[in-house]
Amino acid sequence: MTDPSRFGVYGGRFVPETLMAALEELERGFRTIVPGKKFQEEMKYYLHEYAGRRTPLTFCRNVSRDFGCRVYLKREDLLHSGAHKLNNALGQALLAKFMGKHRLIAETGAGQHGVATAIAGAVLGMQVDVFMGEEDIRRQKLNVSRMKMLGARVVPVSSGSRTLKDAINEALRDWVTNVATTHYLIGSVVGPHPFPTMVRDFQTVIGNETRDQVMEKEGRLPDGIVACVGGGSNAIGIFTPFLGEDTRLFGAEAGGEGPEGRHGATLCRGRPGILHGTYTYLIQDAFGQILESHSISAGLDYPGVGPEHSYLRDSGRVSYHPVTDREALDAFLYLSRSEGIIPALESAHAVSLAERVATRLQKDDVLVINLSGRGDKDVSQVASMAGDLL
Amino acid sequence: MTSRIGLAFSGAGRPLLVACLVAGDPDERTSLELMKEAENCGADIIELVMPHSDPVADGPVMQKAMQRALSAGTTPDTLFSQIRNFRSVSKTPLLVLTYANIVVQRGIATFYREAAEAGADGIAIADVPLEESDPFCVAARNEGIDPVLFVSQTTSHERLERIVAGAGGFLYLVAVLGVTGAREQIDPRVIGHIRAVKAASALPVVPGFGIGTAGQVRELVRAGADGVIVGSAIVREIERTFEDPFAMREAVGGKVREMASALR
Repeated sequence: MTDPSRFGVYGGRFVPETLMAALEELERGFRTIVPGKKFQEEMKYYLHEYAGRRTPLTFCRNVSRDFGCRVYLKREDLLHSGAHKLNNALGQALLAKFMGKHRLIAETGAGQHGVATAIAGAVLGMQVDVFMGEEDIRRQKLNVSRMKMLGARVVPVSSGSRTLKDAINEALRDWVTNVATTHYLIGSVVGPHPFPTMVRDFQTVIGNETRDQVMEKEGRLPDGIVACVGGGSNAIGIFTPFLGEDTRLFGAEAGGEGPEGRHGATLCRGRPGILHGTYTYLIQDAFGQILESHSISAGLDYPGVGPEHSYLRDSGRVSYHPVTDREALDAFLYLSRSEGIIPALESAHAVSLAERVATRLQKDDVLVINLSGRGDKDVSQVASMAGDLL
Repeated sequence: MTSRIGLAFSGAGRPLLVACLVAGDPDERTSLELMKEAENCGADIIELVMPHSDPVADGPVMQKAMQRALSAGTTPDTLFSQIRNFRSVSKTPLLVLTYANIVVQRGIATFYREAAEAGADGIAIADVPLEESDPFCVAARNEGIDPVLFVSQTTSHERLERIVAGAGGFLYLVAVLGVTGAREQIDPRVIGHIRAVKAASALPVVPGFGIGTAGQVRELVRAGADGVIVGSAIVREIERTFEDPFAMREAVGGKVREMASALR
């Protein structure tokens, strides 16, 4: 029998004993409540009536002309909140409510997951505390204001590198303390079992829709799919329904400053180890101390990655490539100007990698890019960095 | 064969004080001196922490101590060298506490072998629950190291029985819902918890987390604890006296003596 907590050798539950009961309770809820009719009906209401699913699959005439193949964007940027994160936040918040929890905690880097959790908490009537590194609070002022307006409390984290990694540490510490009343709403396919599986299942709506939409428009499955990978939830969400097909799958990691510099390309340049409850590729030193990652995009600035991605990397089913800060910035401006769509800096990594992938495709080949979020949050950052290009 | 930790509990005829320090905090030489000082002032067992960059079970005091130690360049090589130097002058039982990734990056078998060769008697890993403990416990048994496991208020009775079956040395009873760090008061639920765990275990039951005063130590002993683990309350003295090595030794010794006196 295969261990449901593992993806090959990756995954597991490396947490203090105090959290084991909560993980077991969560797994029971996930296995019994989520498949039930009541939960599915509620979820359908929130995804379709409230969040705005299904999101379009847009054929991009100008990008297709430039790339030399048929390019579609899966428009998660058009989901309420402006990013795919809401799929998971609504799913977990609803599950937590069914389980009788009244408080949600979350970590956030770019602020998108924090905003999504604040939205879910507001609409479901649950208290929300979001842990955010002081460095990220400084970088993402707009999302900090959004969270506060939505009624969430933003808790500044001053330990370690003051970014996403440390926000997760602090959320785990809070969860250990308030485990009876609180659900820890992890924002990506990371953390201890059952989170990587549960978040994947809530995000697979992206891939299921994409599959139907490509079939409707092209009458066949796509030749390639590209998504950005930080923790990797939007990528897993769109890849999952295609894992058993011939479609080639590509993950864009944060190449940061380039081959010699700081980066967040965990799968391309890291080594397996244990962080935040799971065995997966990490950016770490020879002794197992976690190193600080770097990316132009706060959402990809994480020294770990979802354990299923580690498995898909080793098996070769998905190929992962670094995209530098500069390449992402170029793609950000390119998509804005060619299609009138401002992508999140995270998603711009996928656009850049797609351009590279397209050089090996034919004119009639179909390439889907997961546009995981919109770029409003990044506008002031890009304006100050790309001043001479504007 | 009974381990040095097991013999300490069976031979003492009173509850034991486990005093916790972070290896390399504030540097290897001083940390070794503080271990000896703790022993002289009444620590029955030394718990030496191998620091980690992301210690999710630890509160602010231990986090800062680990940062001090890592900034001073502490690695597992430092840890083992510090243990070897301590062992050359002391027979006091020694427990290593760390996080899973430190052990996994060294190689599980290698880490336990090096720890045993240096003179460690037990190893506890804060983020390895029962479900993930097999490879660590196997390595421990192979090297004659006690695999110290944790029990918490959230641990079910069925889990408790399995933990007792896998553990060695003593059971580390997590005395708070939360992270390490001294608290104003003992969680009243801990009293009943200690009794329940003792009823299920032949191993000594030793609470840790949140304990920082002589009064709290006495309270836990009255509840049946076979010892107490004091960490942050001791390590905080290092933070407080960071600028003055002489005051540091005295402050750490004083805190250990205060805790030890409550057990005698």
